Order: sequence, then C-alpha cells, then structure tokens
Amino acid sequence: MAQSNVPEGLLYSKEHEWVRVEGDVATVGITDYAQASLGDIVYVELPRVGATLSASSSIGVVESVKAVSDVYTPVGGEVVGINDGLEGDPAAVNRDPYGDGWFYRVRLADVGQTNDLLTPQQYEQLIAEA
Amino acid sequence: MESGALRRTALHEAHLALGARMVPFGGFEMPVQYTSILKEHDAVRNRAGLFDLSHMGQFALRGADVGSWAESLTVNTVANMKPGQARYNIFTNARGGAHDDVIFYRLDETRWLLVVNASNAEKMWDVVSGARAGDVRLENLHGERALIAIQGPRSVEWLQPHVEHDLAGMKYYSCAETRVRGGVPVVIARTGYTGEDGFEIFLASDAATGVWDLLLAENRARGLEPCGLGARDVLRLEAGMPLYGHEMDEEITPLQAGLSWAIKFDKPEFVGKEALLAQREAADYARIVGLTMEGRVPARAGYAVLRDGERSGEIRSGSWGPSVGKNVATALVDASAAEPGTALEVEVRGARHAASVVPLPFYKRPKR
Repeated sequence: MAQSNVPEGLLYSKEHEWVRVEGDVATVGITDYAQASLGDIVYVELPRVGATLSASSSIGVVESVKAVSDVYTPVGGEVVGINDGLEGDPAAVNRDPYGDGWFYRVRLADVGQTNDLLTPQQYEQLIAEA
Repeated sequence: MESGALRRTALHEAHLALGARMVPFGGFEMPVQYTSILKEHDAVRNRAGLFDLSHMGQFALRGADVGSWAESLTVNTVANMKPGQARYNIFTNARGGAHDDVIFYRLDETRWLLVVNASNAEKMWDVVSGARAGDVRLENLHGERALIAIQGPRSVEWLQPHVEHDLAGMKYYSCAETRVRGGVPVVIARTGYTGEDGFEIFLASDAATGVWDLLLAENRARGLEPCGLGARDVLRLEAGMPLYGHEMDEEITPLQAGLSWAIKFDKPEFVGKEALLAQREAADYARIVGLTMEGRVPARAGYAVLRDGERSGEIRSGSWGPSVGKNVATALVDASAAEPGTALEVEVRGARHAASVVPLPFYKRPKR
C-alpha cells in the first residue's frame, strides 16, 4: 500500500479515526490509511445531530463495495454537525479523508479525553507496525 | 475450510508485484483487488480486465462414456454436445439441491474438461469419482493447471495477436485447443462470469506468468487492468449470474435459483429429477429474485427481507452496482413476493429500507 498521509495538527485513534480539536468542538473522520484499507466507499452511516456519543462506542458504519465496518467514536459528547455531503458522495472519504470526507462534529463532554489520543508520530508508528 | 496452509497459484508473485491485496478463498491465497474494485469493474465493462482463476477446480474427463455418464448426474444435457462446445450445468443431489454449478468443455470425441467452483473442488471430486462408471477416466488437475480470463469488450482485440486460433469467429460458449505465444498449448473458451464478452485460457502452470505478463505489458497502457475477486463478484451479480453458496447450494435448487432453462426435464433420469418435478408442480417454492434498493444503504447477505412488515425472505448477495447506479441484491423470497414490481423492505441494522423486485439480470451488455 502506498505511504499513508498522516497530517500534523490532528489527533488519531487506534481504530484509525482522526480528530481535529477546535475549542470544545472536535471534528472526526477516518484516516487516509483507513480509507485505503477499506477501498471504494459506497455508504457512510452517521449519528444524528443531537445524539450523545460515549467515547469508544460504535456510532455508525462505513461500507465499501464489499464490506461493512463499524465506526467507533474516539471522543464522547453531543453531535453538533454531520457531513450531509457523504449521503450523495461517499467517495469523498476516499478522495479527501481529512477534508470533504469528514464525518461529524462533537461538542466534547470532557476536553481532557483527547489526552488519550495518539499524536501523528504515534499514529505513524502504529500503522507502520500494522 | 480456510484454515491450514493456503495454496498459491502460479501467478502469486505476479499478484504481489502488482500490489494486490491477497485473501483466502477456496483454500487459495487470491487477489481480492489490485487498485480499486470500482476501477477494475470499469475496466471490464468498458475495456478489458485480466483475472487469475487458477484456484478453480479443473478435472480432465476421458472416455467414450463421459457424455452419457454425466447426463445422469446433472440437470442439463451433456452427451449431445459437439467437440468445441462448452455448456453450463449443475450437479444435483437427490433433493434437487445443487452440489455445484459447473461448465463442461468438450475438446474432442473422448476428451472433456470440467470446471467446478474452487470452494467445491474437493466435494466435487468425491461426487464424480464416487459415481464413476463405464469408460470414464478422471484426472484431478485442481491447482496443477492455471486459468487466466480476459473479460471485456476489447478482449478479442487484445488477445488475438497472441493466439493462433481465430477468436472473432468463436461463438459464445465454444472452446478450442490452440497455442499462444508461438507454442504454448492452451484451451481457449469464449466463456466468463462478468456479463461481458471474453475468454478463459486454460494452460500449464509454468506458462501462466509468461501469458499474464505479456498481456499486461502490451495492453495496460491502453486500459487493461488486472482484476481481483472483488470486482468479479460485483460483475457477476450485476449480470445476474448465480454464485454457489449464495443463490444456490445443497438446499436451494436450480429451480429456485431461476435456472429452469438449464434443467432438461425430458431427460430420462438424473439425480434429483423427481424432487425438482415435484417442486415445479407445487410451484409455491421460495425463489431468487433481483432487488434494487431505493436509497444509498447497501443490502448485504443475511439481511431480512420483509413484505407488509412480515418476513418474506433474506438477502443472498448484495453490493453497490456501478453499472446500475443503485445498490443491487439477490434475495430468496416467498413465491408471493417474487413478482417484479413488488415493494419490499430490507432490514438493515434495525431499520427498514425500501426495495423493489426487478427482473434479472440487472445489467446486459450493450450491443456493439
């Protein structure tokens, strides 16, 4: 597999999600490594706006042509936005996983919970060993 | 069945060099995709794709009685095949269920090739060798011979320069013994599992890499793509072709699978004939239908299918259908729910999603 893009300025989970923290709001998506592993993505099931997510729980699915995979939220809190564009264009996750392919935004229940996430360097290490 | 040491085809190194993602399938380590299932699918529909199918079971059958012997074990006719013909067939059990769906290739008066599904190769060897009678000699070539398929509208154009036999003159479901690359003996058949024109090339394992590399070297820049089992499954589903274990198995009969065209009830006898006749007579059997999903949620094998809120069957195969522009599926449903146009629902993770029964196949290749 080609070298995966792991941008600076984001935090990462062991389940291959990325998190961008701005104040008490976190934007979540799946990593370049994850989209490449899944292959062509044809459907993303997202949580509803207003739903309360608890960290590490299964909150939706991402489906490639052949497979259904659970999405585990790396952070807990109230969903304050979802990427409606994925309904009509799920391939955005393949094309631009850190931009147009974002999944949802959460108002963090506890800002300190992001301390458990991985730095870009730690995540690179994780996928290098995978 | 996937446990234990996996076998490798003669093209294993070629797959790795092409960056294939390998998965266990039918006891072999096989490429599921090289670049992208959608890209590979597109190549086959619009140009051509190259497949390694060396995991499939190949049995050599020889003898004066092969045709009449095989007649008694299968639903379709065999003995009346002419040399150079290929024919789809199904080996049945006494209940009318399917041991496997297969293709017979008649090479000459006494030599035949039988191709069975990889996942059924061991079972099918037991079935045919256990039933052997008269002048029928069997040789199990599974894993010892290679099989390369080229599928797609450019297949004739891209394969012909390397084959002695006239490909454009071959009929669909015909086969010929010929040579490639100025000497390698092969059997070439105009058969496939994608819904497109194309050829399957049966050859010695030690010749496989040469043919594979040559076809890619000559044509990859023009759009020939190596294709994995992922694209193959989507292509066959769109083309309405059954996959053993999904649309047909030891319980789901060929009649239920919609393959009545292949069942020759006027044959004097064959295994399962009585059961299939009774099933046809009763006419109330659950059957395989095509479904298209109304929304973006894919249906997957095993999901419940409902009609008016009541369970009516289950999904047997499901995928995004790139050539259809919708999520497509097959389902085994009650006879009353099988009419095209019937509105059904598919239960996906606890929610119900609208679907409609449509005629199969989902996709027919355009006339060119």
